[in-house]
Amino acid sequence: MNRAALLVLADGRFPAGGHAHSGGAEAAVMAGGVHDVASLEEFCRGRLHTSGLVAAGLAAAAATGHDPLLLDRAADARTPAPALRLAARRLGRQLLRAARATWPSDDLDALAAARPRGAHQPVVLGLAARSAGLTPLDAAYAAGYESVSGPATATVRLLRLDPLDAAGVLARLAEGVDQVAARAAEAARRVQAMGVEALPAASAPLLDIIAEQHVARPVRLFAS
Amino acid sequence: MTLSAERRPAPGVHATARIRATRAGRITALPVLAGDGPFDLRRGRSHGSQARVCVIGAMSAPLGGDRLRIEIDVEEDAHLHITSAGATVALRGPTSGHAAFDVRVTVADRASLHWLPEPLISAARSNLRQTCSVDLAPTARLVLREEQVLGRAGEPPGRLAARLTVRHDGQPLLDQQAVYGPGAPGWDGPAVLAGHRTTGQILVVDPAHGADPPAARLFGDDPGQGQAVLTPLAGPAVLVNAVAPDMVRLRRLLDAAYPIASRA
Repeated sequence: MNRAALLVLADGRFPAGGHAHSGGAEAAVMAGGVHDVASLEEFCRGRLHTSGLVAAGLAAAAATGHDPLLLDRAADARTPAPALRLAARRLGRQLLRAARATWPSDDLDALAAARPRGAHQPVVLGLAARSAGLTPLDAAYAAGYESVSGPATATVRLLRLDPLDAAGVLARLAEGVDQVAARAAEAARRVQAMGVEALPAASAPLLDIIAEQHVARPVRLFAS
Repeated sequence: MTLSAERRPAPGVHATARIRATRAGRITALPVLAGDGPFDLRRGRSHGSQARVCVIGAMSAPLGGDRLRIEIDVEEDAHLHITSAGATVALRGPTSGHAAFDVRVTVADRASLHWLPEPLISAARSNLRQTCSVDLAPTARLVLREEQVLGRAGEPPGRLAARLTVRHDGQPLLDQQAVYGPGAPGWDGPAVLAGHRTTGQILVVDPAHGADPPAARLFGDDPGQGQAVLTPLAGPAVLVNAVAPDMVRLRRLLDAAYPIASRA
């Protein structure tokens, strides 16, 4: 195992297209829900413990070696908003391209062949972690952290926040990322016995509502 | 001889109500209609081939420690419509432990179920884990409406975890868990409820949605007055998700979305 691969995978500069997405932050800023550092932190906390937890569970299960196509279907069932399914598949396709160049594996090739339009990003993330020799808990950390680092970074641009304030938000959420990653990895261990329903399915009504508002807007800085 | 902890009966009510609907000629028969504990089941007047049942909560349930369950099986070609009389209020019980309320549903081919209970109210200091687990055959139809009220007037909500899992032809179609109230990080923030105190869902599963699903659509212009989104799922189904400050405004949103969700 090579733990440093986790730093490569979770690095915001890893060329997987994440910079074009705000994780719902742009939509939340437009709706007025995120307007300062405190509201950004609450937004990120809610996202971490809902869609972040779901993503971490899927990533941990994929890193364990469970069938990525079953997990992809489980991701669809956990993503009622079509705008978010589309964004997740686009991000998944870009990550898959980067991961196949970085950590080539038969598993990644097979997923690319089975889902040419992209699989859900957390499933690809988990499989990429597996190909890189990382553990399910590592994959859960990458997914959980990404669920808050994306919106925090995007909000710096959207609201011209001080980047130090955004870093402070991420630091204060670190304990939450620990909890989410641990829960996700624990849930992934139950998939063998219980199937994909063992994985978290936490929902956030406003993330779904504002995602559909966002794609309907003619002008936007971020794709999602 | 001492009584071990395992042998002592757990506090709270343990009850399972059962409903089984079958097709009998031109009508739907109910060979099993068995209330239990707090659930009293009343048969209503049929509408054409559709049988109607009302669940009457005879006690203020569920309390902490209760284990309540409703099992509903709708067999081939049968049509069943279930409502409840009055809201379900989750209250703190004799123990601080959680209450469990599980609804398990199967709907067979060419059969349909309308599951339209009155709202669930999560009262202060209550702790309820609710699950609704639905198995649908390929040509089964489902109309499900659920509403949650977080706290009675002027009080904070209790802790509510409500999971809705729907399988269609054995595959996952929808899996969503709402976790609100004390101990649920970020639940009241701008990603989840943003101060709203009522939430509601309408799920319509219909094979006719598979070929030509309605496009996503938004309801409610002012975020403070409540908002809803109608979304086509990755399968023959449409989900409406609504949040609002109160039941009046929540119902307004759900009533506006329902005709579009069920237009098949």
